[in-house]
Amino acid sequence: MIGVYTVLLHGKNFQLFSTEGIIADQEKNLIIFTVLLGCTIVIPVIIMTFAIAWHYREGNTKAAYRPEWSGSLVAESIWWIIPTIIIGILAVVIYQSSHALDPFKELSSSTKPVRIQVVALEWRWLFIYPDEKVASINYVKFPVDTPVNFTITSDAPMNAFWIPQLSGQVYAMSGMSTQLHLAARTPGDYRGSSANISGLGFAGMNFTASAVSKDEFTTWTDLLRSGSKPLDKEVYKGLAQKTCDTTKYQFKLTDPNLYNEVINKYMDPNAALGTTGGNDASSEGSEPKNCMNKTIVSSVLEGEQ
Amino acid sequence: MSLHELVLGKLTWSAIPWGDLMTLGAGVSVVVIAIAVCIFITIKKRWKWLFTEWLGSLDPKKIGIMYIIIALIMLLRGFADALMIRAQQALSVGDMHGIVSTDTFQQVFSAHGSIMIFFVAMGLVFGLLNLIVPLQIGARDVAFPTLNSISFWLFAAGMGLINLSLLVGEFSPAGWLAYPPLSELQYSPGVGVDYWIWSLQIAGVGSLLSGINFIVTILTMRRKGMTLFKMPIFTWSALGSMSLVALAFPILTATLFMLSLDRMLGMHFFTSGAGGNPMMYINLIWAWGHPEVYILVLPAFGIFSEIVPVFSRKKLFGYTSMVWAIIAITLLSFTVWLHHFFTMGSGANVNAFFGIMTGVIAIPTGVKLFNWIFTMVRGRVKFTTPMLWFLGFVVLFTVGGFAGVILSVPAADFQLHNSLFLVAHFHTMIVAGVLFGFFAGLTYWFPKFAGFKLNEKLGTYAFLCWLFGFLTAFVPLYILGFLGATRRLDHYDSSLGWQGLFIVAGVGVLILGLGVIFQILQLIVSYLQRNQTRDLTGDPWDARTLEWATSSPPAHYNFASLEEVTTRDAFWETKQKGAPEPRYEDIVLPKNSYVGLFVAGFAFMAGFGFIWHIIWMIALGLLGVIVSVIVRSFADDTEYTIKAATVKKLEEARAARLEEYA
Repeated sequence: MIGVYTVLLHGKNFQLFSTEGIIADQEKNLIIFTVLLGCTIVIPVIIMTFAIAWHYREGNTKAAYRPEWSGSLVAESIWWIIPTIIIGILAVVIYQSSHALDPFKELSSSTKPVRIQVVALEWRWLFIYPDEKVASINYVKFPVDTPVNFTITSDAPMNAFWIPQLSGQVYAMSGMSTQLHLAARTPGDYRGSSANISGLGFAGMNFTASAVSKDEFTTWTDLLRSGSKPLDKEVYKGLAQKTCDTTKYQFKLTDPNLYNEVINKYMDPNAALGTTGGNDASSEGSEPKNCMNKTIVSSVLEGEQ
Repeated sequence: MSLHELVLGKLTWSAIPWGDLMTLGAGVSVVVIAIAVCIFITIKKRWKWLFTEWLGSLDPKKIGIMYIIIALIMLLRGFADALMIRAQQALSVGDMHGIVSTDTFQQVFSAHGSIMIFFVAMGLVFGLLNLIVPLQIGARDVAFPTLNSISFWLFAAGMGLINLSLLVGEFSPAGWLAYPPLSELQYSPGVGVDYWIWSLQIAGVGSLLSGINFIVTILTMRRKGMTLFKMPIFTWSALGSMSLVALAFPILTATLFMLSLDRMLGMHFFTSGAGGNPMMYINLIWAWGHPEVYILVLPAFGIFSEIVPVFSRKKLFGYTSMVWAIIAITLLSFTVWLHHFFTMGSGANVNAFFGIMTGVIAIPTGVKLFNWIFTMVRGRVKFTTPMLWFLGFVVLFTVGGFAGVILSVPAADFQLHNSLFLVAHFHTMIVAGVLFGFFAGLTYWFPKFAGFKLNEKLGTYAFLCWLFGFLTAFVPLYILGFLGATRRLDHYDSSLGWQGLFIVAGVGVLILGLGVIFQILQLIVSYLQRNQTRDLTGDPWDARTLEWATSSPPAHYNFASLEEVTTRDAFWETKQKGAPEPRYEDIVLPKNSYVGLFVAGFAFMAGFGFIWHIIWMIALGLLGVIVSVIVRSFADDTEYTIKAATVKKLEEARAARLEEYA
């Protein structure tokens, strides 16, 4: 069995343990700490169970037999108290880590953070850089060793935004804005995952998170601002259509208020992008049944690379 | 409104999944099996017997058996879903697209979860409670026998509806808890979510009624002298569990009702626009959903608390601790629901509170574990199959429980939420906790209601397959969680390197399937060998509680004579001291009633009408439910009396049989 797992796991990327971001590092340590804390209870309990069951087996007439023995204040006190102490330790850890690793908390750093707005669509991710005035689809870039402040919403069913090697996940919900703060320690491409079911295409709704040098980031945003198609309300409406297309796209942002307008679709009866009430069923029959073949590609972006 | 809409609502020929051979095949085979069963009953001329002895019976022992039969059949259905999920995930990688389409896959995992929780686990809970609780408290019936039958039939109607979705329409693709806005009309316009809503709604009302019934039964119908702190622990756990049912199921009913109002009448409780709030749904569904976990697991705890003392031939260790632990778990289970969505961004203090409460609930659970283990100390442990299930449970439940404590740390949960680690954790709790517990309980109490024991050898094989199958199926999922694999993926990239582990997990499910086959064989072989293993004493295990003081299977009236109880382990005490001379009396029992069948039939009709927007059917169904109950309330002649002399004769015959055996 161990051999099978050795072969299976050889060279595998344990994304939760091969962390490259300061938040994920701490979350990894927390997981390891609780696992070890757990082992201090779990292993003795299992050993004790088998030792006791075997020692007092029916055939072992040498073992004591006291059928009326049914309680011991000392013994019972011990196992009310020991778990209480362990949970007490855990409670302190829970309280401190919940505050220290609150995804809404800004990272303290001398470097100026990069702001990125994230919109979960059906079924791809839109990243808007309000300061750099650019946008990208299904990939996100940010400078290494720099705090990144994500604000996250959805123009689709609820999803969860997750880059395991950099930080834990946060839900993306329509009409609201959640936050996630992280910083990458090492340059590289990291897997971004859509962790919550949001309909047919969610399994393929992955993205690449690239941590690059500051220069590379600036070059990239400059390139996008000069050389790519504009993203305005009309183009956005095309992007927000259902699609299984997972191609990467990039834009220059011409509507700096786009993120708020996406949220306002669900809040404001006179929203610029149109209002959605939530009961307006999309037409039946045209529903795709399968997203694995990536057959349904939105026409708006044909040829845009 | 066209004539078609008036008569059939949204229902058309295209509702039958002609193109989807897998679903159609499953649906058709269900129909074929049903027809075959009907033909068999007709040939055997057993219809009258079926109705008078079973379907119309208000005897909780028979209702209990019917619950368990449905639960075990649904276990096979849910297991078939599990096989498909594992096959899809093992084979759908890179250029390969598995065995089903995305849409079917999403329906399959939603059905798997819904069926396993609502129609397997709940069915086993109510089945065993019906069988054992009245006997264990020394009563002859439950408090409200007619209501009990209605509860059962509502459960059966919900089961019927969820399986009908195979053949007419589709099932929900939105996961077993159907989070909005995905489950709202905007994103799920089909009838799948409506099938989910109404099958759960109807079965859920049955559960609520049953919960109330058992609370009243336990509180008011205990044998004279059985104070609360002399009650067997299984009954205590049933009281805790049913209190949770009574408190939590109204939340589910209201939540499902609001979701259906959104979908049917265009309201905005949980829509993402127009003032609706999906987060409210997620809070409400888990305010029911977390207590639900304890509704299922408390009775399993109760079962082990009966089994371990009996097979260690010793008193339960720390009875009072056990009771307080049950009470603590019951209360605390309402204070942890938010740990299911730490990632919603509630803020550090809120997350910390619910994280700590989750840790706190592990304390009484841990106490129970130590008490079971110490029940074996200074005992004579006999490794029968129920004890094997217990030992398997201890190992897996301790590990799975600690996985839960890891998840209770909010900042760790940010990384593990929605991952396969989470899936592995809750399957450990539900399979190794609940299911192992009920398998142990069914083996232990089988002779009580069948009259003969189950085959030990095949039981051991089944246990070994379940144990090693479980490990093979779920250890890879724990690891996949650490690799970053999330749940419910119909397809993933080959570069991730997950396929090997998914294949191992698939092999694990096959081993579990072997376990199921051994269990079916065990039933058949035990039945064929029933003459050698017949239980004539009524007490095959030399047990301790009152259910063993009567014959196996017990007479309709459970107990001929109601002796006062003076201690815990009442029957054990009687065996030590010798039973007093029985005092026979006239026994009043409820007559058969078919009102449950009518109520459930009409509820089924209303549910089908709600799903397909057939207004006359909704009206007729709801009216039928109300009228059935009113008509029943006017029935005067609902009970019959067994004369004391008859009871005496029956009991003497039983004593004679026993003597012959001795």
